Amino acid sequence: MWDYTDTVKDHFRNPRNVGEIENPDCVGEVGSLACGDALKLTIRLGEGERIADAKFLTFGCASAIASSSALTEIVKGMTLAEAEKVTNQDIADYLGELPEQKMHCSVMGREALEAAIRNYRTGSTEKVGLEGRVVCTCFGVTETEIERVVRENDLSEIEQVTNYCKAGGGCGACRSEIQKIVDRVRGASEQPRTAPRPARMTNIQKIKLIEETIDREIRPSLVKDGGDIELIDVEGDRVLVSPRGTCSTCPASPITLKDLVEAKLREFVSEELRVEEVKA
Amino acid sequence: MKTIYLDNNATTRTDDEVLDAMRPYFSDLYGNPSSMHAFGGQVAHAVARAREQVAALIHCSPSEIFFTSCGTESDNTAIHSTLEAYPERRHIVTTRVEHPAVRVTCRHFQSRHGYRLSELPVDSQGRLSLDLLEQTVDDDTAIVSIMHANNETGVVFPIERIAQIVKSHGGVFHTDAVQTAGKIPIDLRRTPIDLMSISGHKIHAPKGIGVLYVRHGTHLPPFIMGGHQEQGKRAGTENVPHIVGLGKACELALRHLDEENTRVRALRDRLREGLMARCMDPYINGDPDSCLPNTLNISFEFVEGEAILLHMDAFGIAASSGSACTSGALEPSHVLRAMGVPFTRAHGSIRFSLSRYTTQDEIDYVIEKTPPIIEKLRRMSPFGRKPEMSTKT
Ligand SMILES: Cc1ncc(COP(=O)(O)O)c(C=O)c1O
Repeated sequence: MWDYTDTVKDHFRNPRNVGEIENPDCVGEVGSLACGDALKLTIRLGEGERIADAKFLTFGCASAIASSSALTEIVKGMTLAEAEKVTNQDIADYLGELPEQKMHCSVMGREALEAAIRNYRTGSTEKVGLEGRVVCTCFGVTETEIERVVRENDLSEIEQVTNYCKAGGGCGACRSEIQKIVDRVRGASEQPRTAPRPARMTNIQKIKLIEETIDREIRPSLVKDGGDIELIDVEGDRVLVSPRGTCSTCPASPITLKDLVEAKLREFVSEELRVEEVKA
Repeated sequence: MKTIYLDNNATTRTDDEVLDAMRPYFSDLYGNPSSMHAFGGQVAHAVARAREQVAALIHCSPSEIFFTSCGTESDNTAIHSTLEAYPERRHIVTTRVEHPAVRVTCRHFQSRHGYRLSELPVDSQGRLSLDLLEQTVDDDTAIVSIMHANNETGVVFPIERIAQIVKSHGGVFHTDAVQTAGKIPIDLRRTPIDLMSISGHKIHAPKGIGVLYVRHGTHLPPFIMGGHQEQGKRAGTENVPHIVGLGKACELALRHLDEENTRVRALRDRLREGLMARCMDPYINGDPDSCLPNTLNISFEFVEGEAILLHMDAFGIAASSGSACTSGALEPSHVLRAMGVPFTRAHGSIRFSLSRYTTQDEIDYVIEKTPPIIEKLRRMSPFGRKPEMSTKT
């Protein structure tokens, strides 16, 4: 049984600000069903970009719910400029303490807040975690996100990175890469890995590279859970894929599978690619 | 607050009669069963009697019963010692849904000692393919270790037929019966099982006592070396009070076997029907046609297991979950994943496991308290509100 503080238990049992604001000024959505937790934050702004109201909907464990509740309490009354400075540690501090293995719940809160602010500033609805190269395919965690939790929470071990953002907590294949990121952020010299990518490709080369990328970067983590993916066709920059096995029945697949595949293909093949799911 | 304990696959309450039987062996009857004097001799009699009580439950000879420290030790020993006995055979067969006591041990021999390891898959209801087993077992197979029933889902494997398939190839067949002994009948006269593990604390004996059944004629080198105890196979002065307790627990289990399969089963069915009728988007994980009478593994889609458990805990209800968050792992149970249960459901899975102490009032209380918990969490979930998602599976 987890050792939750009384504040965590209170915010779990009596969460503040549950719900969804109608016609919100900012919306931030992070996580997915597949990852085991997800958070939708909606914010209404008052005068001077001050947060007049904030509400959340969360799928997740007790600490995910408590972190979301705490987040809304923290930011209410802040200006957006102030809210931008809120860190995952602020959320954990507000709750007294979170078990080390649950720190990723506080990170999810901070990510949702950032997504919401960005949504307001740029209109973007993209999930925060998806910018940059995906390192952990099991949980869809990018290099940028890992660098950030390492820096902000002064992490030095792979296990800590897993606790804070889940990266490395699935098949574990990315653990050595996480170590490199940790070393780099902590000052060791290491050039960021750039994906090898040919400058110009024929269509045949492109399809081949897409297939290789699916085989190497995507399929292993799907197969592990009884799922799979099939490349159906490539039309210009449209990549048509069809989920198989558990992926085809998983209601989370429209959220994660497409995002994952697209992120990988953009990284390893071409920025222009768009992935679409088709029922084969 | 009263605890409604529905986590009996994790551990059980020690029966009062068991405790009473054990007590004298801590105080008055503390002799060493190996001693020559009568003071020790009477203790040796108690150990012998316990061996008979265990043997009676599973229909074997008392000399085939070896006491160990727990189910995990029995599992480890079965695998280690068999591989040692047949060094020329280099293949291990098991399943993807075994308890870690078997799974981790088999993987150790694969990664550290170069064994070929076949982990048989299961279908969406947690069932094995016997055809695949038949194709997988070969003359190089040293041991096949397949559990009798799964601790998470309660799915019971057809070990009679599995044993026959294995024996036709000459390998050793081990089954982890930790979840079945005392819950469903086991008759070793009719089933060619070579090795079988039992654990005391799942059948109302205390924690820290187990049994490894070793069929006469099975070649098994000593597993703890030292004195002559347990026929020289498992040395160390016997844990007499616990052995006596386990004997008593087996005697009681045999007496309650009918009740387990009638009254307890009916309560489990009542719980299942009650929750299925009243909760949003429930799914049964496992095979309703071949399931332990005391186990119900049910998923509530779009809500997370740890959150459900903590709300139930506030009502005094104790159950468990295959959700990632409860264990500190990030991925849900390996058993549910092997069955291809979608993440959405695996994260919201709850295991209720009953015992002969469970009452109908308790079950009705759970049926009353659970649906509002699921509803509350669904209202809070960003997915729970989308009606189009709840119909799609
Ligand atoms: C199927 C199964 N095997 C083995 C064990 C381990 O037994 P013990 O706790 O006695 O080591 C358990 C219990 O956790 C179990 O459920």
